[in-house]
Amino acid sequence: MATLVYINSENGLAKSAHEVVTYAKKLGEEVVVVTTGSQEESTLSELGKYGASKVLVEKSVSGNDAQQLTRVITSAVESTSANTIVFSHDLVAKAVAPRLSVKLKAGLISGAIEVPNGHTVKVNVFSGKAFGNVTIASDKKIISLLPNSIQPEENGSACTVESFDGNPGEITIKLIETKKPEGEIPLPEAELVVSAGRGLKGPENWLMVEDLAKELGAATACSRPVADIGWRPHHEHVGQTGVAIRPNLYIAAGISGAIQHLAGVNGSKVIVVINTDPEAPFFKAADYGVLGDAFEVLPRLTEAVKKFKASNQ
Amino acid sequence: MKILVCISKSPDTTSKIAFTDGNSKFDENGVQYIVNPYDEWYALVRALELKEVAGGSVSIITVGNASDEAVMRKALAIGADEAIRIDAEPTDAYYVSMQIAEYAKANGFDIVLTGKETINYNGSQVGGMIAEGMDLPFVSLASKLEANGNTLTLETEIVGGIQIVEIDMPAVISCAKGMAEQRIPNMRGIMAARKKPLNVVPPADITPLTAFESYALPEAKSACKMIEPENMDELVELLHNEAKVI
Ligand SMILES: Cc1cc2nc3c(=O)[nH]c(=O)nc-3n(C[C@H](O)[C@H](O)[C@H](O)COP(=O)(O)OP(=O)(O)OC[C@H]3O[C@@H](n4cnc5c(N)ncnc54)[C@H](O)[C@@H]3O)c2cc1C
Ligand SMILES: Nc1ncnc2c1ncn2[C@@H]1O[C@H](COP(=O)(O)O)[C@@H](O)[C@H]1O
Repeated sequence: MATLVYINSENGLAKSAHEVVTYAKKLGEEVVVVTTGSQEESTLSELGKYGASKVLVEKSVSGNDAQQLTRVITSAVESTSANTIVFSHDLVAKAVAPRLSVKLKAGLISGAIEVPNGHTVKVNVFSGKAFGNVTIASDKKIISLLPNSIQPEENGSACTVESFDGNPGEITIKLIETKKPEGEIPLPEAELVVSAGRGLKGPENWLMVEDLAKELGAATACSRPVADIGWRPHHEHVGQTGVAIRPNLYIAAGISGAIQHLAGVNGSKVIVVINTDPEAPFFKAADYGVLGDAFEVLPRLTEAVKKFKASNQ
Repeated sequence: MKILVCISKSPDTTSKIAFTDGNSKFDENGVQYIVNPYDEWYALVRALELKEVAGGSVSIITVGNASDEAVMRKALAIGADEAIRIDAEPTDAYYVSMQIAEYAKANGFDIVLTGKETINYNGSQVGGMIAEGMDLPFVSLASKLEANGNTLTLETEIVGGIQIVEIDMPAVISCAKGMAEQRIPNMRGIMAARKKPLNVVPPADITPLTAFESYALPEAKSACKMIEPENMDELVELLHNEAKVI
């Protein structure tokens, strides 16, 4: 028996890959990884560090066609007689894990935030305003782990990389074009995030936000109205109807902290709020607060980070 | 074009979240239900726009009890032609999806639309499960949808960017922000909705695979530490030594 972990290795291994293998290892069975594409063997065997003993690679599949991936993972489940399948709760998993659940008649828990306690798995519900404890009735179980929920742990073991035929079948989704802004840190994976809202008055003032983000190595985010009026791109919008994130540090400048905004960021480990209004609801959810004008505070904070980095080298 | 839109209800986004019965049930006391925002703003409105261009019909479907009919009437007021309620407690995503898949297979639709996720359980499961249940392609988190003959062109989110893809109908699609603008129902729509058909269908025999055992609320944050706006060196020092995040 084994625990099977699906990893998307198309663009190398993200931190979330280390997280899911660490998570799977804690379930107690042998950990086998299944992936597709043409990633280097030496990159994939790195997963041994986190507890994987084998990586199965279906080399004939490129791209993320959910039906193909579902067939490939099903073949891997059969060949390893895995009872538990683990995903990172990312965009690919959101298409593949539900399909796999129906195909295998395996209960799916999405958005797990902790290692299971006996048979119950803790998840976020109500957009992070509460937790739920879920159980699965079927023998086979699928869990998708919310990124940034557990720390990767290195416990070193040898790991082999084998190619395998996963019976992928036909592609039904034809890829026309991919657009990725260069050099930006994808928001859902970022450990540090600098975010701003309507308090910044206009798109021309975002340079201050970007400067601080660059100095910290952080991603940038925004509140919904800011994306709606077109000051910032849609993919930066966090909250109940935008992206939900849980970085280690979330810095919010000129954001009031409406309940729908908090719903997307209240999983952050540390929250810093910069606001001119002492009554802003965001201060109640913050760890550190700065009562002041973002136009003065942000550049000052950027300078302070610069100084700190210079003295820590 | 025959379109089916999956509609779920969710608590108003400002609802106080609390639990009863030894933390085993969501406390509905004083909670206002709305149409799940993704289902309403994006899936339903885009379906109506497609129908306005290409003709056809827009049906909505909900797995739920009689008390869900209020939010279903709202969807009819926005412009859907008919509603189907599968008369059952929506136990888990698998149960809900298999009910919808059975109905959709029997009634033949060109497109089945769902929202990106429900804002109470945030599972993002139902769309993919319906697709597998019907053996159809599924595009998740689409932010644009155009129809051209039998082909659909979609823009979808991917990590750190977007992708443009094409599929042939029939297909299942989950809808995210960007796909359409919210429509507020007018008086005429509300009056017309009263006369539109709302068919109640008995559920198929499906066994759920998962169950919520209990719930918990997060612990309250300890008081926020205030730092003088002149003193950003102190903030950086605290983030480094105390919070250990930089
Ligand atoms: C169904 C629904 C879903 C929603 N989903 C989301 C969501 O996903 N994400 C989201 O963000 N919102 C969402 N909203 C909107 C949400 O309710 C708020 O309206 C929104 O978050 C407010 O954005 P804001 O804080 O940028 O703007 P405002 O509420 O206008 O706040 C601006 C803040 O900036 C402060 N400020 C002004 N000037 C300065 C200055 N010079 N320096 C520092 N601070 C300053 C002000 O004191 C104020 O607190 C949703 C609403 C609904 C109804
Ligand atoms: N009880 C239900 N009845 C009809 N559609 C539903 C129901 N629950 C969820 N859905 C649809 O499935 C989508 C995703 O839900 P979920 O997988 O629960 O996050 C929602 O946005 C709805 O479109």
